[in-house]
Amino acid sequence: MKPAPFTYYDPHTLDEALGLLAVHGDAAKILAGGQSLVPLLNMRLAAPDVIVDINRLPDLDFVTTDNGLRVGALARQAMVERDAAVRDVAPLVTEAIAWVGHRQIRNRGTLVGSLAHADPAAEMPLVFLALDGELHLRRTSGSRRVSAGDFFVHIMTTALDPEEIATEASLPPVPPGSGSAFLEVARRHGDFAVAAIAVVVTIEAGRIRRARVALGGVGPTPLRATRAEERLVDEEPTNELFVEAALAASHDCEPVTDIHGTAEYRRELVRTMVYRGLGRAVVRARTGAAG
Amino acid sequence: MTEIRCIQVAINEQPQTAEVPTRMLLSDFLRYTVGLTGTHVGCEHGVCGCCTVLLNGDAVRSCLLFAVQADGAEVTTVESLTREGSLHPLQAAFRQEHALQCGFCTAGFLMTLIPFLRENPRPSASEIREAVSGNLCRCTGYVNIIRAVQSYVALSRNSP
Ligand SMILES: Cc1cc2nc3c(=O)[nH]c(=O)nc-3n(C[C@H](O)[C@H](O)[C@H](O)COP(=O)(O)OP(=O)(O)OC[C@H]3O[C@@H](n4cnc5c(N)ncnc54)[C@H](O)[C@@H]3O)c2cc1C
Repeated sequence: MKPAPFTYYDPHTLDEALGLLAVHGDAAKILAGGQSLVPLLNMRLAAPDVIVDINRLPDLDFVTTDNGLRVGALARQAMVERDAAVRDVAPLVTEAIAWVGHRQIRNRGTLVGSLAHADPAAEMPLVFLALDGELHLRRTSGSRRVSAGDFFVHIMTTALDPEEIATEASLPPVPPGSGSAFLEVARRHGDFAVAAIAVVVTIEAGRIRRARVALGGVGPTPLRATRAEERLVDEEPTNELFVEAALAASHDCEPVTDIHGTAEYRRELVRTMVYRGLGRAVVRARTGAAG
Repeated sequence: MTEIRCIQVAINEQPQTAEVPTRMLLSDFLRYTVGLTGTHVGCEHGVCGCCTVLLNGDAVRSCLLFAVQADGAEVTTVESLTREGSLHPLQAAFRQEHALQCGFCTAGFLMTLIPFLRENPRPSASEIREAVSGNLCRCTGYVNIIRAVQSYVALSRNSP
């Protein structure tokens, strides 16, 4: 099918773009990589009056790694995927981004757009939650930063107001002694996750000092498995501990049954993947290997 | 009310100027305005990969771009592969290995593989499989497609 008519703007400055959003409010939709929005337009599941195409805005296609990771709104997923420095500062991002669709999708789709779209089974929201990421939001009257934990509100619903643009997403530097892992089960390569997990552990003097266990595809937003995290902190990393934490994680979510899998199957996937992920993350933390 | 914009695009190295409705997809622009019907349209929501073209050298879905977004860009379609009547070696390998049955998906496979093989001229079988994972062949002729890529790779390895 073809999109319904809309008024098209392709502003050349951020101020101009923000001005358009201030005027049109929720009658307008921001167009970034278009890999989620254009299918919705083509199927007429969305028919906004106004499209504000941000692809001609200057200076937003950056990826920097000097203090944590900063990704501008026009950095394509493929650009982040190929950047060797990203693998060093945020190996979890590199590991997970290869699971986003296919190369043709990632050549155009933006990382920030994937966060803004907030599909509950998407990889980047899960990773930004696990790594304590932040979004930088701008509007004509100012700017604010929102943590990933506060940004994802519900299925495809975020803290973004209609007059705001997310100009950047950032991650703090990972503490030394950290290791991470990302695991996913999808029906076919490039599909959204049936369930996915991201874990990050920081080991000091033989004990887990900090743990993040994040789950995707098993709730309306990506979730932190807080009981699993609490079980891990201050403990020595042992196989029994991973078994217990993985079981706790599988009870930290309320998955639904749908065409892709039953709730019980998803819970079982979470348990298995968190268990395996913890093992991998701890090895990586100890060896300083990527991830 | 249909908005019209004037765009300039280099298509297969030929500069073109055209007036397009802003909601016109790049895939429709290529097929109906420019008349290059080698780019096929399957699902029109980014899943099948039949409409893959190169935008400034990168493989993208032309059904997920508006023509107006290609203003100032270079677009490369499957028609660019055949020069003076002779098939591109990858096309020849597809023919040799029977990598097309109905042929509907072929243009998308070729335009996905061209930049992939430029970046990775010696891919393993599993890398080839991953590279074409975003292209659907509903005749399910994948085995011969992988074989065609392998025979192309073997041939280009033997030539200087
Ligand atoms: C075949 C196919 C398979 C896919 N598979 C996956 C997958 O496995 N995992 C996955 O995560 N994704 C997948 N995607 C989606 C893809 O990752 C999208 O690129 C991504 O979800 C959205 O990014 P975008 O830049 O394309 O945004 P767009 O499609 O342009 O926008 C998406 C939404 O975000 C808003 N938005 C975008 N940028 C901003 C901004 N800077 N500020 C405020 N709002 C903004 C838009 O208004 C819109 O509502 C797939 C897509 C396709 C077509």
